Amino acid sequence: MFALRQIAVPAQRQCFRAAPRVAVSFSIKNQRLYSSQEKVAKFNGQKDAQGNYTVSLIEGDGIGPEIAVAVKDIFAAAKTPISWEPINVDPILKDGKTAIPDAAIESIRKNKIALKGPLATPIGKGHVSLNLTLRRTFNLFANLRPCRSVAGYKTPYDNVDTVLIRENTEGEYSGIEHVVVDGVVQSIKLITRAASERVLRFAFQHARSIGRKKVRVVHKATIMKMSDGLFLQTAEQVAKEFPDIEFDAELLDNTCLKMTTDPIPYNDKVLVMPNLYGDILSDMCAGLIGGLGLTPSGNIGDECSIFEAVHGSAPDIAGKGLANPTALLLSSMMMLRHMSLNEYADRIEKAAFATLAEGKALTGDLGGKASTQQFTEAIIEKL
Amino acid sequence: MLSRSSARSAQRLFRAAAQPAQRLNVARGFASVQDSVQSDIFKPTKYGGKYTVTLIPGDGIGAEVAESVKTIFKADNVPITWEQIEVSGLSDATPVGRREEAFQEAVASLRRNKLGLKGILHTPVERSGHQSFNVALRQELDIYASISLIKNIPGLKTRHENIDLCIIRENTEGEYSGLEHQSVPGVVESLKIITRAKSERIAKFAFQFALANGRKKVTCIHKANIMKLADGLFRGTFNKLAKDYPQLECNDMIVDNASMQCVSRPQQFDVMVMPNLYGGILSNIAAALVGGPGVVPGCNMGRDVAVFEPGCRHVGLDIKGKDQANPTALLLSSAMLLRHLGLDDHANRISNAVYSVIAEGSIRTPDMGGSATNHEFTRAILDAMEKSL
Repeated sequence: MFALRQIAVPAQRQCFRAAPRVAVSFSIKNQRLYSSQEKVAKFNGQKDAQGNYTVSLIEGDGIGPEIAVAVKDIFAAAKTPISWEPINVDPILKDGKTAIPDAAIESIRKNKIALKGPLATPIGKGHVSLNLTLRRTFNLFANLRPCRSVAGYKTPYDNVDTVLIRENTEGEYSGIEHVVVDGVVQSIKLITRAASERVLRFAFQHARSIGRKKVRVVHKATIMKMSDGLFLQTAEQVAKEFPDIEFDAELLDNTCLKMTTDPIPYNDKVLVMPNLYGDILSDMCAGLIGGLGLTPSGNIGDECSIFEAVHGSAPDIAGKGLANPTALLLSSMMMLRHMSLNEYADRIEKAAFATLAEGKALTGDLGGKASTQQFTEAIIEKL
Repeated sequence: MLSRSSARSAQRLFRAAAQPAQRLNVARGFASVQDSVQSDIFKPTKYGGKYTVTLIPGDGIGAEVAESVKTIFKADNVPITWEQIEVSGLSDATPVGRREEAFQEAVASLRRNKLGLKGILHTPVERSGHQSFNVALRQELDIYASISLIKNIPGLKTRHENIDLCIIRENTEGEYSGLEHQSVPGVVESLKIITRAKSERIAKFAFQFALANGRKKVTCIHKANIMKLADGLFRGTFNKLAKDYPQLECNDMIVDNASMQCVSRPQQFDVMVMPNLYGGILSNIAAALVGGPGVVPGCNMGRDVAVFEPGCRHVGLDIKGKDQANPTALLLSSAMLLRHLGLDDHANRISNAVYSVIAEGSIRTPDMGGSATNHEFTRAILDAMEKSL
């Protein structure tokens, strides 16, 4: 109610300026879903009797169980107030569609938070990937992908520290496609004001919470004037609610070019963009710092959020104790921060980055010889 | 049309095999595209021993770099007459009524001359603004294949080395179809169109290009795991055609993985073929790997018309009029144009001079880490050409 009254004031002021603009701003207000005061995707989990938060744990396939053990050990050593609830998400067929077992859904609904290892998506027709199913079931609208250079691992790019937020529910990945006639396919990119507004507001709030002063929208509104135009226009409106955050927009081409030339100028910004661009650019950023094995990811939803390692399940080294748990560990740091357990996150993160920078106990993918366990122990020692 | 061109492909193959020595002479593999597309391109008009070529300088730095090209061509007595047409996408550049007219004039001129050299035209972001002239031009003339040649320039140090890849991009459909509508306020649908015919055409073009330029591998870039029908059709068509080219190594890769690989291990790529939007993304990523849009040449091929333009399309409004623009991209593109016409002597002289000035290193434009102006850089190229005579 308070929020409504607040936005009514500028509307009155606008009356003096131009009549058509008032009409526009009114219609937008009617569609507004969130007020600016309310935090989008706030964590509402409850502590249990022992003072611990329960987190649903999807260990995943392949190397998943091994890296999950590493994370659990490190969490235990840091005395993090987390208790784990392992769940099984092996897909079941429900009314002819792939679905997640009810018990798993129930667990995530109750805990409101989950940590997920890599899942192997079987390649074949008609099988919807489990990631997509999870995303849809819990309406995980934003994908948060920070990328930070790891001191111990040399790539052509140093000191990368980007934060990228991707709209996760619509855009090019709406899944609406059809064959018009044989050999002609239409694929629909769907952009709605509601979904755009939600992810944009999350972006601004996230920028505030991690102390970044700039939000940049990446778009291609020169070509897609209406769809990306809508995203951009919505961004301009949302930006007005965050006067402390500097807002600007950049054409996708320029972002690709500049980020690859020199990613440093992006270290003080939060980037937000529609689905496809986010997908491509977030993986590109991962490439800048050395691949998906080092990048965490968070899927943010209204009710529940799932943090995950986005790399593959590496069946070739599964069970050999060689896997690198960094991505899952960093994802769990994001999870702790989402749960406002920042002090634990900072401590573990410091220990993990110190271990990586030291370079003594690196796993095979980073050019070391250590096992998962040795790497884990090295981090625990630092704690 | 398709069967005709595949019948000729054998001939072309033969020709490519018969002239290895000549290919080695071309200073840097910046490619002889004409081999691959000869059957599709008609002989351009030639009057009094001179070719007429449409020149569209474009917005931003266009006028400045086009001036360099004209100066250098004149100094080398290149038998080309320019038919210059000032098209602009800027709202304040020309009277609004004249803007469309100039665009139509450019289309007519390109139809007539079949050959063009073009800078980049500005496209406004505003919804009320006009459609992109760059896209409209390609659609109007059915210039379906865009080629960007990404290669490290000797002496110009970047983060990555030994990059030599080529991005072939479908230019006329996909996300750039321009079909959009608002279903209800706040809900917009934008159509991406993929057709088998056009996918087949671009895939074939990529294979032929790879063969004619002695390349080994063609990678299809797509997102068929999500867009199962649209990108699935593109990928399926590519894989089907790949069977006709057993001498080439063919694979496919998902676009997000490709962009990750591009910044971490770009040496693995050779020829890449993809739908429209991904081409825009990857050509920018790849251009950044070798030194930016100022040094990446490119061309656009259609059935009737070939338009040569920088391979990484940036207007450069921010450095307009400051005499800082790097003419390398347009110069190398124009060298490709010369090879397209069979004027290899001129092409080699000009591109060798450009490379030698960059390699020598003392005179470079700001984007290459130097402090020279466009004029000084152009002057240095002219001097280098004179020395080589």
